Amino acid sequence: MKELNEKPVNSSRRNLLKYTAAAGIAMPFIRSAKAAPTEINMLAWYGHGESDVVGAYEEANNVKFNAKYYAGGDNMLGLISQSPPGTYDLILSDGEFVQQLNAAGYIEELDAADYNFDDMLHEDFKNFPGHWSDDKLFSVMVRFGHLGVSYNKNAMSAEEAMSYKGFWKPELEGKVGHFDWHLPNLGMMSLLNGNGAKLWDVDDAGWKAIQETALSLRPQIGGFFDYGGTFNSLKNGEMQAMCGIGDWITGVLEKDGAPVASVVPAEGGIQFTESYSLGKGSSKADEVKKFIQHMLTPEGQLRSTEMAAYPAFCVTKGGRDFLNTANPAEAQRSGQIEGAVNEPIRLINEGRIHYRDIPIQQSLEDWNDFWSDYKNA
Amino acid sequence: MDLAKQHIPGKRSRVDKYALTWRLPIIVWQTLFFIGPLLFLIAMSFFLVKNYRMVETFDLASWERMLTRNFFWSSYFYTFGMAALATVVATVLAFPASYALAFKVSENVRRWAVFFLIVPFFTSYLVRTFSWYVILAESGIVNSMLGYVGLGPYTMLNTAFGTMVGFMTLVIPLLVILQTLSLSQIDRNLIEAAHNLGCGRIRTVFAVIVPLAKIGLVVGALFCFILSFGDFISPYYLGGSSPPTLSILIIDTTKSGQQWPRAAVVAICMMTTLFVIAFSAIWFAYRKPKS
Repeated sequence: MKELNEKPVNSSRRNLLKYTAAAGIAMPFIRSAKAAPTEINMLAWYGHGESDVVGAYEEANNVKFNAKYYAGGDNMLGLISQSPPGTYDLILSDGEFVQQLNAAGYIEELDAADYNFDDMLHEDFKNFPGHWSDDKLFSVMVRFGHLGVSYNKNAMSAEEAMSYKGFWKPELEGKVGHFDWHLPNLGMMSLLNGNGAKLWDVDDAGWKAIQETALSLRPQIGGFFDYGGTFNSLKNGEMQAMCGIGDWITGVLEKDGAPVASVVPAEGGIQFTESYSLGKGSSKADEVKKFIQHMLTPEGQLRSTEMAAYPAFCVTKGGRDFLNTANPAEAQRSGQIEGAVNEPIRLINEGRIHYRDIPIQQSLEDWNDFWSDYKNA
Repeated sequence: MDLAKQHIPGKRSRVDKYALTWRLPIIVWQTLFFIGPLLFLIAMSFFLVKNYRMVETFDLASWERMLTRNFFWSSYFYTFGMAALATVVATVLAFPASYALAFKVSENVRRWAVFFLIVPFFTSYLVRTFSWYVILAESGIVNSMLGYVGLGPYTMLNTAFGTMVGFMTLVIPLLVILQTLSLSQIDRNLIEAAHNLGCGRIRTVFAVIVPLAKIGLVVGALFCFILSFGDFISPYYLGGSSPPTLSILIIDTTKSGQQWPRAAVVAICMMTTLFVIAFSAIWFAYRKPKS
């Protein structure tokens, strides 16, 4: 029973304000209690942490990727070395740098039983160089691509593009560009010199010959570009051919209707390999494992191969099959169909593809110093 | 007795505190954000990099390595030459506009002109630089217009010309503002006196106006040199990094092997050059003519 002296229910403006303020103060706690996504710090090349790749996964698994992007393996190693252990939970690395990550103790061991290696498209992918050490797994390959001759179809014929010699075509003087990283460019010069599978393992005479070959190309060179510059200069026709890249750039432009293409020439092409590792000291090992597993599923592989920033090839049979079903046009364009002349696994089996590595008989410093000299030549 | 020099007990300390209060913010700011980082930069140039990590030591290796490399000196002279050329070109291009704004237009027009010279700074320099792609490309606006009169196409992007266009985008608005302010301060009676004494228009400009505005003109040119010398964006995106300038060399050095000590060497050489140029310019600007 209501007491006589009890105050009536007050629906005054003061009360309304009081309850609204209380609700406002409580709101952040209510929201955080309802959904606090697990944050995963990712270190990767540009694009891997964008919504077209991880958006659906984030939504479905209540995680949030905080991506820090780098350009080049050196840059990646520098960023890790200057950060305390545990800064990065998930590290996407170029295949050739996994060994260095492991040697420096920047990554944790993975359990091989967690990943379906039997579904890999190629035997090499199961046991990729540097990814295993003393029978322990440290990194899982999730995508790859091939580098060769990238060209404008209006300036170069497909036959001319089938050799790196095409870069020396007189009509292309000042119209050949370089992706500004010494490793793929000098690797291509090494292939042109006939070093084949030993392209990274050259003695002093071989290294001198690579430099001479490169310097003979210098008059043809119109500029040195980062990702954006490479993209723009090919798109607006300022550069008619590009050394050091492949379908990972021309593929984006080609899908946009630009008359550009990339081929693996007769001298051979270079493979870039991208692999995920668990960062040392990460407290999110389970979440990282789950994500890597997802990236090997058909759905994850499709997202990866269709990445808006730069396309790449599937590494799993399931991913390849799903791509052919879900996006046959892209499968056709990128040669990821059985019987295609540029089918990536076929190229590897024919010995025309060489995995990107770091120089064996010289230091990276030697190659970089020459690259600076070359740019000034 | 000179009253100004009289010692008044307690007066000096009060004046000092007052002056110090006003000086303190800039002293603290410069110490924290200029002197401190500069000293660290100098110290870092003697460090070493091992396994992508900097090791604090005192070693001349980075200095020796950079100063004995041809590519460093090629980049140095190219950067210096381009900055010097940009200074001359920008000064010559800006002066007629500044002269007109200072002497030939109304106060109202001058205010609007200065406003429109400031407007470009509302947008990012990078965005302004990228907009030149559309204009300078072989299929761009300039070549399309030249095509109508049977000329071209000319290659303008990824050349020294492209770099120079970028430098002008950066410095000309600032230079016109500085020159206009300087020319506006000139006593008009002196110009009229020169005319009354039979001095022609051209001679008046070079014998009266330029000497009277010398300090402002030199300071404007100095800004132009400093901005062009240290610019990264134009040489990279409009010059195609071919050949690279010192700023690009710094990026290249850090990108490969995280060689921050070597980048510090390049940066110190750049700063030393700018100090020498700045002090020389100031000395020249304030030098009294020999009577």
